[in-house]
Amino acid sequence: MSVEGTVSNKPGRPAQIERRERAVIRFAGDSGDGMQLTGSQFTATTAAVGNDLATLPDFPAEIRAPAGTLAGVSGFQIQFASEAVFTPGDAPDALVAMNPAALKANIGDLQPNSIVIVNVDSFKETDLRKAGYEKSPLDDGSLDSFRLLKVELTRLTRAALQEVDLPTRSIDRCKNFFALGMMYYLYRRPVDVTLAWIEQKFKNNPTLIQANQLALKAGVAFCEATEVFEHVYEVPAAKLEPGTYRNVSGSQALALGFVAASQKSGLRLFQGSYPITPASDLLHELSLYKNFGVVTFQAEDEIAAIGAAIGASFAGALGITSSSGPGIALKGEFLGLAMMVELPLVVVDVQRAGPSTGMPTKTEQADLLQAVHGRFSESPCVVLAVQSPADGFDMAYEACRLALLHMTPVILLSDGFIANGTEPWKLPDVESLDPIEVRFHTDPETFEAYRRDPETLVRPWALPGTSGCEHRLGGLEKQDGSGNVSYDAANHEKMVRLRAEKIERIRRHIPELEVDGPESGRLLVLGWGSTYGAITSAVRRAREAGHVVSQAHLRYLNPFPANLGDVLSRFEKVLVPEINMGQLALLLQGRFLKKVESQTKVQGLPFGASEILSRIVELSEAN
Amino acid sequence: MAETTLTKKDFQTDQEVRWCPGCGDYAILSAVQQTFAALGLERHNTVVVSGIGCAARFPYYMDTFGFHTIHGRAPAVASGIKIANPELAVWIVAGDGDAFSIGGNHVIHLMRRNIDVNLLVFDNRIYGLTKGQYSPTSELGKVTKSTPYGSLDRPFNPVSVALGAGATFVARSIDVHTPHMKQTLTDAHGHTGTSFVQIFQNCNIFNDGAFEKIREKKLRDDNVIELRHGEPLIFGKNRDRGIRWAGPGTPEVVELGSGVDEKDLVVHDEKGTLGYLMTLSEMKPPQFPMPIGVLRRIDAPTVDAGIHEQIEAVTEKKGPGDLEKIIYAGNIWTVD
Repeated sequence: MSVEGTVSNKPGRPAQIERRERAVIRFAGDSGDGMQLTGSQFTATTAAVGNDLATLPDFPAEIRAPAGTLAGVSGFQIQFASEAVFTPGDAPDALVAMNPAALKANIGDLQPNSIVIVNVDSFKETDLRKAGYEKSPLDDGSLDSFRLLKVELTRLTRAALQEVDLPTRSIDRCKNFFALGMMYYLYRRPVDVTLAWIEQKFKNNPTLIQANQLALKAGVAFCEATEVFEHVYEVPAAKLEPGTYRNVSGSQALALGFVAASQKSGLRLFQGSYPITPASDLLHELSLYKNFGVVTFQAEDEIAAIGAAIGASFAGALGITSSSGPGIALKGEFLGLAMMVELPLVVVDVQRAGPSTGMPTKTEQADLLQAVHGRFSESPCVVLAVQSPADGFDMAYEACRLALLHMTPVILLSDGFIANGTEPWKLPDVESLDPIEVRFHTDPETFEAYRRDPETLVRPWALPGTSGCEHRLGGLEKQDGSGNVSYDAANHEKMVRLRAEKIERIRRHIPELEVDGPESGRLLVLGWGSTYGAITSAVRRAREAGHVVSQAHLRYLNPFPANLGDVLSRFEKVLVPEINMGQLALLLQGRFLKKVESQTKVQGLPFGASEILSRIVELSEAN
Repeated sequence: MAETTLTKKDFQTDQEVRWCPGCGDYAILSAVQQTFAALGLERHNTVVVSGIGCAARFPYYMDTFGFHTIHGRAPAVASGIKIANPELAVWIVAGDGDAFSIGGNHVIHLMRRNIDVNLLVFDNRIYGLTKGQYSPTSELGKVTKSTPYGSLDRPFNPVSVALGAGATFVARSIDVHTPHMKQTLTDAHGHTGTSFVQIFQNCNIFNDGAFEKIREKKLRDDNVIELRHGEPLIFGKNRDRGIRWAGPGTPEVVELGSGVDEKDLVVHDEKGTLGYLMTLSEMKPPQFPMPIGVLRRIDAPTVDAGIHEQIEAVTEKKGPGDLEKIIYAGNIWTVD
């Protein structure tokens, strides 16, 4: 059902329908208020009506922080549009704040004239005190620049559900759906996707189906009846590239990429993992795919998780392990072993805000140097980075391809923003995925554990169970060729250089860096990882404003694409935005002796497009 | 594969064995090679996995598949190997430091999961490769390079730790007691689940004589009791002494004859209570003989088999995975 035409059957002025290209909304409440669920329902509906979109959940590390406090505020932001969307948006056009703490934590992000819907029932004196307000912000004029709507969400929900046989506490938990109904009305979205979801979710509890559906419909009806909004907004469907789409989170896309690589290579997927925020979702996702032969091994710790994956690799599986920064640090010694014994392994690092325990649920890109250089001694690994939630599929697949065909550990960098964020994914044609043809060595006559392919320098992979190919691997230095233990000085240097050269030669097997916009000129914006969306938005807006600016995004961080040095040399200025203190900038300057403009931010939050835009404008105008 | 009747020699590699002359590891290596041959293990279907330490060089000397991993972590790698290919016979070799200090966590979880591998711990009660520091099994007050005034931490009893961690097969043997060790290794191989074997091993450089009473042929019979399931606990050169309950959970050594006969003695039960097994585990000279052989052997599910059974059950229920189906899932829409 959708709200059509004028939206009131009552006398008086009906809401006017305004057409918008894009909108950004945010739901915020206590972590027990169900804001993530509310946001994901709005997302599902928005995907179904054909908008392009991007989402950003933002929640506290504490599962149930003290209710009503700033520490307990959980938020969910979505940008949706009738054109391409690259980020969850900078400032929300509309904020739903379920309590004073949610208002306080979020109001600073809003532009004047934005819509603010608050649940006035939760603005009592104790609520205000918990949020640190001395007097109510609803009455002191501090919100005068916003379009403030004071809604009795709790009372109205109770009224709508008075016939439902549930305790008041349970009824109050439905008020998020009342708020969702209001937002559906405001942005002219149908309720049927959510009604169907409720029916499925609570299929064993008819009372809860009734309660939640009533609350949702009541939210819509309340808007219709009261003309609470003067304007409602129409955001037409986006003109996406032709194809079949679904909405996908970074974690889901990664999981599907790994399952696809397992299927295409014919190797059993073995994931060793230990729960850690924000990487656990990958373990949850992969544990669903048992009928694909996927083994998920929840180990006793991070070290055992990677160790088991290496063991599985040795025995012929596609071994992967996944964690976040602290866990990757623990895995370091085993990564060195995997590099030394030259077995395939994919290590996913879903980066979070550090250092140390840091802010586990917040995002950051500060593990780049750890990935590239964070092991003792000369220990090169392949490093790749995911640039958006849907890109997780391609990069997980690519990480497996490189690990298997080049017999090397591959570190795949994602982050909390990508893992939890969602976007529409243009679904791939399964048949046309690149083949991954793994050849195990089975001929005893020609077998030597470290006899390398002359072109790729890859050593043969002979599995236990292969008669005549018995051999011993280990962390001790290897004699070139035989793989026997060797303490020979010249051999050691040779092997160190061979291992480095093997990784360098992977350049020949990865795509060159593509430049969007002029191939040379005044300014290139070069990013990596999850800044892709913000950079792309900023570059587009800069071009619309008449600036000439090029963009490129690195998905291969080690080795770098073969043409990277050349690309850098063709631009006067290179802007490198990163959610860290300038780690890619350090690598680029060290490798290419090219001065770059480093733009950094370390707030546990992604860049807003406008932040990058202002640097672009500055650099393109500066002399 | 028709690899018929291999001998000990077939399990030797061309690599020079580099333990100190006189090290107990030589005797263990020989016993393991003999046992593998006697058991008819296939070289290509056998994997020896180790961590770091003197004992951890073991895989280089075994002509099977082998993996010399990192300190303490062999159980993790071995778990991955066994789960990925259940057909393989997997043997872990570790020292007391490797297994019970840096690798303690992995060892207890290996046993908890009951993964079908064999874990041999060469216990010399000292750090050898790092040249003589006290280990987690060194006796209290041990004077070593790192404890010139004596060590202050109490040792682990590896067998008690294994029992506490729920190991389903727990045994003990002695480096130079070759027939006993071969039998113990054979029993370990025959058990489905994690088979834990503590092997007393003499480090003649840094801890020589640590096990003199139980290693020396002349002393051994009076200081060791060989456990046999269903048989009374009898020991001594003349098999004239035994273990009897003095009270609940309190063992005592008694002389046979003069009013005490075999039926008064404790009868060994591999499936006995943890209380009984712990009492056994904690017996040691000089008050008691050191129990060797199989202390515990019980049946329990293994995680490696469980993983594959679960995969089969889910596949049976859902049908074999269809990649296209999971990609084109949920709310999908088409743009023309």
